[in-house]
Amino acid sequence: MGKANRPGPFGSTSGIILAAVIGALGVGVFVLGARRYLPPVASRHGIGIDAMLVYLLVTTGTLVVLGHLVLGYFVFRFSRGREVSSSLPGVRAERIWSIVPALIMTVIAEGGVLVIGIPVFSELYTEGPPSDAIVIEVTAEQFTWNVRYPGADGAFGRLDPSLISAENPLGLDPSDPAGVDDIHELALMYVPVNRPVRVRLRAKDVLHSFYLPYHRIKQDAVPGMTIDLWFVPTREGEFDLACAELCGFGHYQMRGFLHVVSEEEFERWLEERRG
Amino acid sequence: MAVTATETEAHPPSFLRRYVFSTDHKIIGIQYWLTGGLMGILGAFLAGLIRLQLTWPTTQWNLLAKVFPVGMEGGFMKPEFYISLVTMHGTIMIFFFVSLTLVSGFGNYLIPLQLGARDMAFPFLNMLSYWIIVPAILVAAASFFVEGGAAGSGWTAYPPLSAIPEAAPGSGLGQTLWLIAVALFIASFTMGGLNYVTTILNLRARGMSLMRMPLTIWSFLIAAAIGLLAFPPLTAAAIMLLFDRHLGTSFYLPEGLFVAGQLLPNGGGSPLLWQHLFWFLGHPEVYVLILPGLGVTFDVLVPFTRRPAFGYKVTVYCLLIIAFLSMVVWGHHMFVSGMNPLIGEFFSIGTLLITIPSTVIGVNMIATLWGGKLRLTSAGMFALGTICFFGVGGLGGVFLGNAAADIQLHDTAFVVGHFHFMIGGVTLLAIFAGSYFWFPKMFGKILSETLGKIHFWLTVVPFYGIFVTMHFYGLAGAPRRYYSLSQYGFLDDVAWMPLVMSTFAFAMMAGQALFVVNVIKSLWRGQVADKNPWEATTLEWTAPSPPPHGNWGDALPVVYRGPYEYHAAMGGTDFVPQTAPQKGG
Repeated sequence: MGKANRPGPFGSTSGIILAAVIGALGVGVFVLGARRYLPPVASRHGIGIDAMLVYLLVTTGTLVVLGHLVLGYFVFRFSRGREVSSSLPGVRAERIWSIVPALIMTVIAEGGVLVIGIPVFSELYTEGPPSDAIVIEVTAEQFTWNVRYPGADGAFGRLDPSLISAENPLGLDPSDPAGVDDIHELALMYVPVNRPVRVRLRAKDVLHSFYLPYHRIKQDAVPGMTIDLWFVPTREGEFDLACAELCGFGHYQMRGFLHVVSEEEFERWLEERRG
Repeated sequence: MAVTATETEAHPPSFLRRYVFSTDHKIIGIQYWLTGGLMGILGAFLAGLIRLQLTWPTTQWNLLAKVFPVGMEGGFMKPEFYISLVTMHGTIMIFFFVSLTLVSGFGNYLIPLQLGARDMAFPFLNMLSYWIIVPAILVAAASFFVEGGAAGSGWTAYPPLSAIPEAAPGSGLGQTLWLIAVALFIASFTMGGLNYVTTILNLRARGMSLMRMPLTIWSFLIAAAIGLLAFPPLTAAAIMLLFDRHLGTSFYLPEGLFVAGQLLPNGGGSPLLWQHLFWFLGHPEVYVLILPGLGVTFDVLVPFTRRPAFGYKVTVYCLLIIAFLSMVVWGHHMFVSGMNPLIGEFFSIGTLLITIPSTVIGVNMIATLWGGKLRLTSAGMFALGTICFFGVGGLGGVFLGNAAADIQLHDTAFVVGHFHFMIGGVTLLAIFAGSYFWFPKMFGKILSETLGKIHFWLTVVPFYGIFVTMHFYGLAGAPRRYYSLSQYGFLDDVAWMPLVMSTFAFAMMAGQALFVVNVIKSLWRGQVADKNPWEATTLEWTAPSPPPHGNWGDALPVVYRGPYEYHAAMGGTDFVPQTAPQKGG
């Protein structure tokens, strides 16, 4: 084959630049990731979820930097026009090079999820809410949240989709006495601080997702299903509620508010709404 | 049946049979490569529109109002048009860019050439697979211009949004056309997959044992196998969705749906059924795209390190393990879907197992450099970039496979950043690595190295700028598929990010224009390539550049050794082609 037809030589300068940039990219990812981005946590289990996230940020961030630096160093070292090594890697070297990173990854990924992740997920999803929880029903629709509190009787009135109308958005059955004192709010929730809140999540039309960014809560609302979720708010204040599952053109404006207030204020609000 | 050399020489085919309705795997491969490339440009254009809206929502774009008189009426983007853009960007990039260019393009071009075969096992089926893609693309493109616009339920097409025409503007005819386009794509991909598996198992040259196949071929074999297993459920799911839309069935629709002021008569179905069926395909599909990306990366990397691929056998086993695991972890897309949370824990542990073989493949790539003598060509640099992307993307996946972390990150920009590094980035860089590497074989010309390197820098650095930032935008809580994020207080601290991402995005798009220029310029007056310009060892480099119909003259190559023998100095060279007989043999 003619040498003239071959691309020219590739000097070591481009190797140094490439090595430097690869290293810099890795360090850049780490530096960018070292800032705090998570919205300040406002729920009890959220602390566990943040612990999971921080653990992953630290461990994988370290691996990102290490990986880039090692690759950058290899590029730097082996692009300087030296002779190719004539020895082949031995079986032992191959095994070590495979097994050690595999073990590290196993510890980071599986260790993380088993020790930190699954306990939090399990508490939230399989153990369920304590019996003293405040029960609220949230029914998502294009493009708002219907929030319902049971009245003084502590029971929700029966719903019948065939009764849905502009004045009766949930289809509350007027013949059911339990529903007479139900409280209905639009895109607004009041809850007392430090008390478990149990949300019975429904959807009227398409999929939505009940997303409380400060409380580390996200749960899809699925038509035909009533899904229970719960959390314990730990900070008073007004917090965002957003939709996290594409539900149509108004998806982005399905904003709601969660007011976390003191127990007394909550009782006062409830009284007022019962009117 | 395989073509023989004499057969093709006896009847010189007409222009039409030769370049348009060709059964030659190389022409079909190039057709796929080009078609996919054009669709990639279209997909990037849609991404540009998305970035415009997210960064400068109040600016009036009069020129765009002329192109999209409905969606951009008055120069401002409508929310439903934005959702259609998001949906079609994803659909086009996954099904019509990466799948076509990487899997169908390089697959068709390389499989016979790297195996030492004259053509694919079923050349006519191969031609048919390409010509089914053309109407699929036309149908998808046409959907932008029908009433209600293109599909607007995301590339995942979750019902009930995708099942009820009244649920959204794009859920009308646009969604039906989307389903037809995807169904045609699946039909085409199934034909291709059958061809890949049959060819690789049956048409290998003498001496080409499975363990002497280049990793590219291994990755195509495995990708085709999981594709064949995973696509049929989606086909069934899509047909059921069409039934729900047009024939009044209720596979995905429960009782009591109240949409657009009306109570629907459906009942008995569940939206979750679609999610299971979709992700049973959707997750393996990720590996259908990524594994060839990894295979191609190895094959491009090795000739420029002048060292054998580190841990060839281990890599093959890891690819097989990933393929198996990919079929049983789809539920990690559904941690917060309402599926039984106990299954979520199972899927979480299973998903994270994938990190183990993936790590091994990644470190094997890095170790391939050890003791080598790097030749930093554009192709080689893109292959090195792929390793970086695989690392960043893979480690981001550790967050999302973790059910607890996923509660916060699900459906946020973090997910978007992650999958852009994987099915967007690893595959994109592999496509470029492969294009710079095999262009001399495909067209007989070498792509300009100067342009190639600028292209490399303008791809890799902006990519980090866009998608690493996007990870943290998601960590801050930014939901995906939002037309506007300005009203949410929790995003105030990261309100600077969209501008940064958009700036990098437009820089990257400008960089891609260089590749188009490079292709045109090099085809016109590029350096002429000889048979083996990179001094590589695999079989395609023993055929002329470009190879004739039938690939080799009278005699097919015979294989005597593995694919990556770069160690032994023999006769003044540092590489030994697969066709070189063993000493004394």
